[in-house]
Amino acid sequence: MSIITINDLHKVYDGTQVEVHAVNGVTLNIEEGEFSALVGPSGSGKTTLMNMLGGLDRPTSGQVLINGTDLSQLKDSELIDFRLHHIGFVFQSYNLIPVLTALENVEFIMHLQGVPSAERHARARELLEAVGLGDRLNSRPGQLSGGQQQRVAVARALASKPRYVLADEPTANLDSHSTENLLDIMEELNHKENITFVFSTHDARVVKKAHRVIVLEDGKVISDEVREKVGASNSNE
Amino acid sequence: MKTDIKLAWRNLWRNKRRTIITIASIFFGVILSTYMTSMQEGSYEKMVENAVRFYSGHIQIQNEDFWENKTINNTFEETDSLKTKIASVPGIQLVVPRLESFALASSKQLTKGAMVLGVDPQKEDQLTEISKKMVRGKYLKKGSDGILMGETLAKYLQVDVGDTLVLLGQGYHGINAAGLFPIRGIFKHPSPTLDRQLIYMDLGTAQNFYSADHLLTSLAMLVNEADEVPHIVKELKAKIHSPYRIMSWDEMQPELVQQINGDRDSGAIMKMILFLVIGFGILGTIIMMVAERRREFGVMVSVGMQKIRLAWMLIYETFIIGLLGILSGSLAALPILYYQYFHPIKLGGQAGQMMVDMGFEPYMYFSLAPKVFTFQVLIIFIIIVVISIYPFVSALILKENKALRA
Repeated sequence: MSIITINDLHKVYDGTQVEVHAVNGVTLNIEEGEFSALVGPSGSGKTTLMNMLGGLDRPTSGQVLINGTDLSQLKDSELIDFRLHHIGFVFQSYNLIPVLTALENVEFIMHLQGVPSAERHARARELLEAVGLGDRLNSRPGQLSGGQQQRVAVARALASKPRYVLADEPTANLDSHSTENLLDIMEELNHKENITFVFSTHDARVVKKAHRVIVLEDGKVISDEVREKVGASNSNE
Repeated sequence: MKTDIKLAWRNLWRNKRRTIITIASIFFGVILSTYMTSMQEGSYEKMVENAVRFYSGHIQIQNEDFWENKTINNTFEETDSLKTKIASVPGIQLVVPRLESFALASSKQLTKGAMVLGVDPQKEDQLTEISKKMVRGKYLKKGSDGILMGETLAKYLQVDVGDTLVLLGQGYHGINAAGLFPIRGIFKHPSPTLDRQLIYMDLGTAQNFYSADHLLTSLAMLVNEADEVPHIVKELKAKIHSPYRIMSWDEMQPELVQQINGDRDSGAIMKMILFLVIGFGILGTIIMMVAERRREFGVMVSVGMQKIRLAWMLIYETFIIGLLGILSGSLAALPILYYQYFHPIKLGGQAGQMMVDMGFEPYMYFSLAPKVFTFQVLIIFIIIVVISIYPFVSALILKENKALRA
């Protein structure tokens, strides 16, 4: 079943001299439980497409449907609310709130959702333990390594119980060990909870782990390769 | 809201030095402005008190034509009905009857125009405390046939206690008013103008002199609280009508009001400049705070924080800065002003002498009236409200995809 449906998506920016077609007629379906990577050189339209998939930007034309909801039909405040309840985000530069501890950063999303204090506290603790940070609950982002911060960001992305996580170059600032560690965590969540992950990446290590690799160039999909699910094959064995 | 305030509070202390400097600018601004306002208002209070105590009282009831035409013919009788009406208005501490007119005062060789004021010695003393200003002789007693006169007037006429003064004037309805009055005492009036021309006389003696039995030119009143004057005047006006007229001290002394207002305006300009500098200081901090956290705001909105909630969080931050500055500034100013209130600054040299010559005590007085503090709070509050428009609007028009790339 498709969780994301993209129909003839276009995004045109008015440049100073010429129009720039950042996304040029992309049509895609992303199935529930996919672990997909959007790859392509700089300027290929990855980030623009990711922004539109996350409702952070509006297309010039075309549609992005998430579980049947057309994001372009939502007003700004509805879109923010939709993101809060349906989409998890992991950003390249971690982007945690620096004045909050790891636990509070994860709780923040649930606080916005209006989850009662005791419940959000327990879930935040559980998520941080799941990403291996049970002993750093009260550390602030500045006291954590890049890898640890990105794991907090993953826990935060999952706090709202989304069915769909968008990760924009999540390993760009991480070393090999942290990258492997983070990818293992996300892959495990994908297998166990059937959460859909969509990455935009340059990183070969992420591409290697992805079950589907969508290659973009000049705003168009030039290749869409579906691989065998590693986890699924393991479970079949 | 609690979490948002907690977040705002923590955000403020991300850059401790900047926040402390901003709060300090408000802190010192509040102290300086409060000090200036207290000194101004203290001086005005003293000027008004002096004016009231020198002569006019807080409120006067007169014949309705007396203010424009100060003749002995524009008088009135203090009837029982009038007394009852005055007594029914709360807040009036003292009612002093007077008969005021002019006469020529002559000694052996010299003559000068003088203002003759017939008074109830005891009540008058409660208002003007003239007995404390006696330099020679004794204060009047009820029914006394003698007079008191200003030292400058006595010096001019070359008379002293024990001498006799001839007074010649026009009595009620044109009757001649002439008499010999022994000088019982000499006072030094703080107002040089009054010291040059004032002669006190017992009310009965004055009514007899001017052939104006039972008649008065004014009832001067002292109220319990000076701030209550407008309210009391309103009540008196509602009860007492023609042929009487109710006048407050500010109506009787427009020059003083003008002087105070002029001084207040120049002080307001000074304070406006001070607050403008403080305001731009706060604005600078807020602009920096918003600019350097743009990406963070983008993240917050991306993950699901409504922009209006973000806007309110930024308003909390701005208000916390203002509140800390106001509270710390006011708390620090309070003991300073408290000390100055009881220990006014003595003016020396020419400035002090000038004040003495004008009939004022050579001191800079301070006020502890609530308005001294509320004014600063109000101004800073308005500044904060105006400044908070910037982060509020910035949050509302934030484009999350652009902010994430900031």
